[in-house]
Amino acid sequence: MDFPKDLKYTEEHEWVLVEDDIVTIGVTDFAQDQLGDIVFVELPEVGDTLEEGDTFGVVESVKAVSDVYAPVSGEVVEINEALPDEPEALNNSPYDEGWMIKMKLTDSGALADLMDVAAYQAFVEKD
Amino acid sequence: MMNTESRGLVLDENLLFEQSQPGRVGYSLTGLDVPSATPDSRLVREEITDFPELSEVDVVRHYTRLSTWNYGVDSGFYPLGSCTMKYNPKINEAVARLPGFAHIHPQTPEALNQGALELMYNLQQDLGEISGFPAITLQPAAGAQGEFAGMLMIRAWHEANGQKRHKVIIPDTAHGTNPASSALCGYDVITVASDGILSKEAVAAVMDDDVAALMVTNPNTLGLFEADIREICELVHQHGGLVYSDGANLNAMMGISRPGDIGIDVMHFNLHKTFSTPHGGGGPGSGPVGVVDKLIPFLPVPYVVREDNSYKLEYNCPQTIGRLKSFYGHFGILVRAYSYILSMGGEGLKRASELAVLNANYIRARLEGEYDLPNKQRSLHEVVFSEDALQNDCHTLDVAKRLIDYGYHPPTIYFPLVVHGALMIEPTETESKQTLDEFCDALLAIAEESKNNPELLKQAPVRAKVQRLDETAAARKPKLRWERV
Amino acid sequence: MRYLPHTDVDVQQMLDRIGVSEIDTLFSGIPEECRLKRPLDLNGAKSESETLIFLQELAEKNSPASSWDTFLGGGAYNHFIPAVIDHLISRSEFYTAYTPYQPEISQGTLQAIFEFQTLICQLTGMDVANASMYDGASACAEAVLLTVRAARKRKKVLLSQALPPQYRETVATYCRYLDIELADISLQDGVTNQADLQSLLDDQVAAVVVGYPNYFGQIEDLATIAELTHAAGARLVAAVPEPLALALFKSPGEAGADIVVGEGQSFGIPLSYGGPGIGFFAVRKKDMRVLPGRLVGETTDKDGKRGFVLTLATREQHIRREKATSNICSNQGMCILMVSIYLALHGKQGLRQLAEINYAKAAYAKEKIAQLDGFSVTFSGESFNEFVVTCPEPVAALKKRLEQQGLLAGISLGRDYSELEDGLLICVTEQNSRKQIDRLVHALAGGKG
Ligand SMILES: Cc1ncc(COP(=O)(O)O)c(C=O)c1O
Repeated sequence: MDFPKDLKYTEEHEWVLVEDDIVTIGVTDFAQDQLGDIVFVELPEVGDTLEEGDTFGVVESVKAVSDVYAPVSGEVVEINEALPDEPEALNNSPYDEGWMIKMKLTDSGALADLMDVAAYQAFVEKD
Repeated sequence: MMNTESRGLVLDENLLFEQSQPGRVGYSLTGLDVPSATPDSRLVREEITDFPELSEVDVVRHYTRLSTWNYGVDSGFYPLGSCTMKYNPKINEAVARLPGFAHIHPQTPEALNQGALELMYNLQQDLGEISGFPAITLQPAAGAQGEFAGMLMIRAWHEANGQKRHKVIIPDTAHGTNPASSALCGYDVITVASDGILSKEAVAAVMDDDVAALMVTNPNTLGLFEADIREICELVHQHGGLVYSDGANLNAMMGISRPGDIGIDVMHFNLHKTFSTPHGGGGPGSGPVGVVDKLIPFLPVPYVVREDNSYKLEYNCPQTIGRLKSFYGHFGILVRAYSYILSMGGEGLKRASELAVLNANYIRARLEGEYDLPNKQRSLHEVVFSEDALQNDCHTLDVAKRLIDYGYHPPTIYFPLVVHGALMIEPTETESKQTLDEFCDALLAIAEESKNNPELLKQAPVRAKVQRLDETAAARKPKLRWERV
Repeated sequence: MRYLPHTDVDVQQMLDRIGVSEIDTLFSGIPEECRLKRPLDLNGAKSESETLIFLQELAEKNSPASSWDTFLGGGAYNHFIPAVIDHLISRSEFYTAYTPYQPEISQGTLQAIFEFQTLICQLTGMDVANASMYDGASACAEAVLLTVRAARKRKKVLLSQALPPQYRETVATYCRYLDIELADISLQDGVTNQADLQSLLDDQVAAVVVGYPNYFGQIEDLATIAELTHAAGARLVAAVPEPLALALFKSPGEAGADIVVGEGQSFGIPLSYGGPGIGFFAVRKKDMRVLPGRLVGETTDKDGKRGFVLTLATREQHIRREKATSNICSNQGMCILMVSIYLALHGKQGLRQLAEINYAKAAYAKEKIAQLDGFSVTFSGESFNEFVVTCPEPVAALKKRLEQQGLLAGISLGRDYSELEDGLLICVTEQNSRKQIDRLVHALAGGKG
């Protein structure tokens, strides 16, 4: 399983790419593997403001549903428009074509709580 | 002996729309005996594009052929857990079609339909006797609507007492309709882990004055009687809460234990399970609800009462939760269930429960060891195995599909959620020892195959009309209707 | 007992295998204090012929539409049912199966549902229809829940007073403890009052619900109502108690409805004292994923062969539990078959002709009654099958008088509409011959026999 080193991770199995005050969010390889074939993705609207811990979307396989939570607080500035039509991108390319949303941070403090790759790998193994 | 060698003729059949021929008709209408009339042309629609045009023969062959692709209780053993797929007696079908039942209009004056009201009244009485509740509503259309009705009554009762409670406790073994029905009443669901049987301590840990009700299924979905139910009901009552019981599994208990006697406040019946009415490829079912005295004022309207030897529909209930659907319930299903009760009698119903439990325990005895049984307590009318004893990466789904090749409808799978890869078998009382033996032989043979020839499971079914279908593709690009290409 | 196959020998062998000496031991998980200590106080078992005779006697105390001149409608309609339907639904491969959880051995049910979904889409003019709800009233209630869920922040729903009362009551029950505010739109000449609608619409309204035809049989101006509703950003729900009207009048989809629900009993389902019937539920594509109930979709198997499966199941209670779009679990499978067979038999031409016959018969009755002294047709617009007449004598007494002549004349409106105390809702279908209608007219006028 693939866990890129330059990303941060959450206990909800999301990855976060931090570039200045813009963060990109998706679900990890581990998460997509657990869910199985993903058939549907629901995303928020650009302009929505999210508090850390809010659900911002839904990922569904044939027989399971997972909410996805905002790992940080901020405003949604971009969504992956292609994803709802090509949900399989989440399975095939979770870190690249399968990205979900970009947010503009309102408070960078929450970033400190995210795991680095080593911590996440340990977390997954324990799970 | 297992009859796995048979081979049938399976024919294809196009959709109605694909067979349509312009100008073909399958009807004969009586000619107009009044002057013709047409509405304002601006309101009139064009002809319905692509609506089928078929002869009567076309239609008869179409549905006859479709029927041959199905598997029903009359085709063979159908041990679908939690659904009580018992035999559907034919006399029930015959009586439901009597013109005096099938063709009565719901708006006919009550005095002219006394037989229908008497039947409903008698059924209310009989269900009351079987369950131990003083009042029954026949209105709910199915189990899930019964749950909704029951939870609404609970909420209405609390509110009439000036209480705003927000939570309902539900064990993790519960059917999905339980939390969904609670949510429809505006309640938050508190899930408790039950470890097979719900303990008083587990309930006590989450019970407080904000809990409106505990919702249990008894026997639960593992087929286990909730042994502490009396104490648990007392505990909930002490905190001012009520107890709802999902009666989907009443088939284990008729004449043996009555929910109304042991502290339950509300319960629904599934007439399409316990009382032998056909499942109909999905429905219609019927989900009457029994309640204790204090909930009677909140029953849905109307219900049937007897006054001076005549029967009437009672609407005057100021505290009622209202109505759940048009008219009075699934009357056609009520007729069938009543016919069943008449045919069985009190003793027969008890015998049915005894034999349902005997059958499930026999299957358990024959399969335990080869299949993993996570809960070892005494089980009643159904038995739930896990997939943990399966070898070579075979899963419950594979066993289910392989059973099809052996000529059986698979059990319920992956429910209850607390069992890993659940295989939930409910044989019901109408199956003979010979049928159960053949079925167990098949499951044992499949366990053997999983060790020596797992591909047989992975490729199954190979004898059905179609092979495993691509459900992922169906969900990714939903095609939910036919359209001309 | 003929449904219980166990011989004494069987029972003994089974007990031996289980390792207990008597059946009672199997119930040892039930504590003593939870046991019933007496036999059930029910009658003894009846033989098959006794059961039949007993139930025949009850059935004979009723008044089926076949032995009366019936002019009752109000949400349940007396239409002719071709013999083919009962013949086909009696195939026990259909009626003794359950929900098609195992698609490989349920293709019959699944294809029939897929065809039903298509037929409902065609009839209503919509994109997607589900595999049915319990009935028209509960489908209407579920539609209201859908609109509030989909609109997120809007919590108000406007119900036309001309929506059938049982639909309005059911909606109220479903919304009872949810954060939804229901308001009535008043009547004007038997249809939804557009000025009142306009004044009630604001940015809190999630939906407007209108009957089509409405409870009085009147054809609402759906297109205008849709325009007003959409201008306020709300959804229009058209509820159809008599779907035969859709073979003649513009489909709700064409008129701009966002959701079409209704009752399918008219299409081949016996009256059966009001149930079971079948609710249909159709939406636009955008609402596909918030639909309640089962859905069947087309797919292929490993060999590329077409097949059908239950799909988009993540909406449902068995997966989403308390967050499901509905608590519904069953659909009305048998009734799906009745409706589909009925529609397949009548087809494009037959359904239209039947609707025209119904329209002409009602028009004839309407005209004859309008000519009677003291009687008038209450509302002026187009109607289908049903219409309201204002009576010169108390409706209850009038109905009793006609009853004595073997006529079930209609439904009194006073209980549900205080302003229509003298209103009688009369329904005429293809089952009413001209002779019957003439008899009704004659009797209304005070004639005997
Ligand atoms: C335990 C349990 N509860 C509730 C239900 C819901 O009943 P219905 O399908 O009649 O709505 C079921 C049905 O499968 C069930 O098994």
